[in-house]
Amino acid sequence: MRALIVAVGCGLLFGAGMVVSDMINPARVLAFLDVTGAWDPSLAFVMGGALIPSSIAYLIRRRLDEPVAADAFHVPDSRRIDRALVGGAVMFGLGWGLVGLCPGPALAALTTGAWQAFAFVAAMIAGMALFRLTLDRNC
Amino acid sequence: MTPEPISFVWPLAGGLLVGLSAALYLLLNGRVSGISGLTAAATGLAKGAPRNLSLGFIAGLLGGAALASALIRRPEVQITSELWLLVAGGLIVGFGTRWGSGCTSGHGVCGLARLSPRSIVATGVFMTVAALTVFVTRHLMGGLG
Repeated sequence: MRALIVAVGCGLLFGAGMVVSDMINPARVLAFLDVTGAWDPSLAFVMGGALIPSSIAYLIRRRLDEPVAADAFHVPDSRRIDRALVGGAVMFGLGWGLVGLCPGPALAALTTGAWQAFAFVAAMIAGMALFRLTLDRNC
Repeated sequence: MTPEPISFVWPLAGGLLVGLSAALYLLLNGRVSGISGLTAAATGLAKGAPRNLSLGFIAGLLGGAALASALIRRPEVQITSELWLLVAGGLIVGFGTRWGSGCTSGHGVCGLARLSPRSIVATGVFMTVAALTVFVTRHLMGGLG
């Protein structure tokens, strides 16, 4: 129960962050990616700002045996750079550059009621299902 | 479409909120807060992460976005893409983030923070490909539908 409350609370912070940072607006994300056009540096401030608390937390984690509200840490420890990692990143970059939406902002944009966000998120979940049915080796 | 410039204080403050979310999820629940992984787990499309926690996080995300839109800053969501492009982009993003084990939050915010070599490579690749995609579609092709 404690872990679920934490999850909802962390979701609240994340969702608020999407709106406050304006990453919810794909036009602003595309303006960051458009390095030869009218460049908008916002996304760099978002990443920089996010990395401050996140980095501190990963440093604190080294001194903890277990997390506060759960039994164990479940942080990926693989160091293998393989075709899946790079192929997936290439695909994700392509889709992100085409529309300007990545998963977090896409979900947040649902709350504006824009039909485009619903179309994108539905297709995104379909893409995840397609992966599950084809290349997913963990099932 | 070019959005109105905003003060850097907004993206910086929003980034701090996202980072705080990642920090607390790690230290309290022991997990990485990557939205593609959480979405897949919440919809039953991934093993590993518990479904109830993932659903809780996604529900919180929607609530947080709605609350911040009502109380802090009314967002303008400018999406000019036509339906076919939204569907194509969504499919590619969904498949690619699962294949590559993460997106901007999982690899970008959580992975870079712990200097994961996989995440450093993934973030470099998807940022570069995204910028190239925008360059080709906007400046060489003159825009997409």
